[in-house]
Amino acid sequence: MKIAIASGKGGTGKTTVAVNLALSIPNSQLVDCDVEEPNCNLFLNKELEPIASSKITVPNIDEELCTYCGKCSQMCRFNAIATLPEKVIIFPTLCHSCGGCILDCPEHAISGREKCTGIISRSADMEDHPRLYEGVLNIGESMASPVIKELKRWIEPDAVTIIDSPPGTGCPVMTTLEDTDHCILVTEPTPFGLHDLRLAVEMVKIMNIPVGVIINRSEEGNLIIEEYCDKENIDVLMRIPLNKRIAELYSQGIPFVEEMPEWKERFSDLFEKIVNEKVLA
Amino acid sequence: MKELVVISGKGGTGKTTITASFAAMAKNAVIADCDVDAPNLHLLLRPRIMETHSFYGMDKAEIDLEKCNECYNCQNACNFDAIDDALIINQHICEGCGVCEYVCETDAINMVKKISGAVFGSATNHGTMVHAELRIGEEASGKLVSAVKERARSIALENENELIITDGPPGTGCPVLATITGADLALIVTEPSLSGMHDLERVLQVTEHFEIPAIVCINKYDINEKNAGKIEEFCNERGVEVVGKLPYHPSPNMAMREETTVVEYRKNVLSEGLKALWERVVSELDQKEVTLLPAR
Repeated sequence: MKIAIASGKGGTGKTTVAVNLALSIPNSQLVDCDVEEPNCNLFLNKELEPIASSKITVPNIDEELCTYCGKCSQMCRFNAIATLPEKVIIFPTLCHSCGGCILDCPEHAISGREKCTGIISRSADMEDHPRLYEGVLNIGESMASPVIKELKRWIEPDAVTIIDSPPGTGCPVMTTLEDTDHCILVTEPTPFGLHDLRLAVEMVKIMNIPVGVIINRSEEGNLIIEEYCDKENIDVLMRIPLNKRIAELYSQGIPFVEEMPEWKERFSDLFEKIVNEKVLA
Repeated sequence: MKELVVISGKGGTGKTTITASFAAMAKNAVIADCDVDAPNLHLLLRPRIMETHSFYGMDKAEIDLEKCNECYNCQNACNFDAIDDALIINQHICEGCGVCEYVCETDAINMVKKISGAVFGSATNHGTMVHAELRIGEEASGKLVSAVKERARSIALENENELIITDGPPGTGCPVLATITGADLALIVTEPSLSGMHDLERVLQVTEHFEIPAIVCINKYDINEKNAGKIEEFCNERGVEVVGKLPYHPSPNMAMREETTVVEYRKNVLSEGLKALWERVVSELDQKEVTLLPAR
């Protein structure tokens, strides 16, 4: 069972929900796929050990063989190779590792070179619940998806998996959501929150993943998210109130289920509900 | 002409609220929304669309099964596993590299242009705004960011605008790199939470890596003054200037409901803080000119 926690808008509380939910499910594992800004461990403080790196293959030019014919630059649709009269310049951050330049070079002057773009780590103590897996995109690298793909390869298939997604609706999010069983969208009851929730719902629908919503910083009498969810026939799974105690614990880096055990029960019930729905489906 | 970009690393720290207020205070600026995955600036500036340009993402491979001789060269050569055993090309997975077209024995594969969004030039009460819409499920946000920036630049050149103010995306990846490329100054908006502090450090590493001058604003500094102090200390050590500290205030949500900016909504401590911040940012931008001039 893989449950992804996503949102259109950033800063709505994805990480808060992911961490508290994982803490409320025995034997679960938590996978931080927000590789541009991984924050789950700020709330768990686990000792992590690196276990793998994500690599992409970028072209390596043998200048002895190169005739500067420029075919590779024409083949590359990502503008990652520029051919000058006596020099070829590679832009590795633009390269998508398609291998087209290698195939097209008439002099066989191009080979593939592996380049590390990110690091995958996991809890050093695997008994310490929840087990945490985290990917970090190296500074200056542009493509998050290869790091997320490598990270997801480490998911233990039999354990309950909570996945913290990046914000937005772009390729890193779609890579994160692929093959998940359920998506929880976390939003806030503001016009920004509603606008970006709509975008996220459309994306999840295209991907055909069952979806539910958690309203964070929910206020009495403000129903803009509920009205939308009603219309779209989407379950509001939980409301986390705009609450001083929760905000304080957040700023100190303490998951609020640790100090407010009634919430552990609520998260655990929410999980049961998702499991039952899946069984019924 | 200069370019100011507002970024944050962490989402939800107040980039759009601040950018919109800047737009309302700026004279002679073009406003650009580069958060194309989750654009919100239009909800505050209410643009009236004047021009629409189709945005073409990467071309996508299409296969003509009538011409296909089932050699499977395409499937073998595709590094993205976008072609299944029935030789159907998954349009969401295809990255548009053209390798399948290249290896096809019978010219059965063509790379086809696909509209994957639009770039808009719009009028607002505070000048021209360039923004975009990405079709759901399309994956070329970096390219679309570049298209927004290009359009904003050419409008600014045409109309002799002195400044482009850009609302950036969260994160440190492709769309952020496309946003900060060529910028004169990055204003990083952070908040005194552990996540805000952690993400500030990462995004500062990115601006340093690409040699974009950066300044910092601490939003909602009073939700944790101890952490706010730590951020100031950290920035000091790094030689990065903290140009503003804004208090937590309910007016951004109230202004948002009225579809307006905080500085236009009502005079309060936050709107005053935003005015002071804007003056500081303008003077930083002006100083940039002085330092960039050759020594005399």
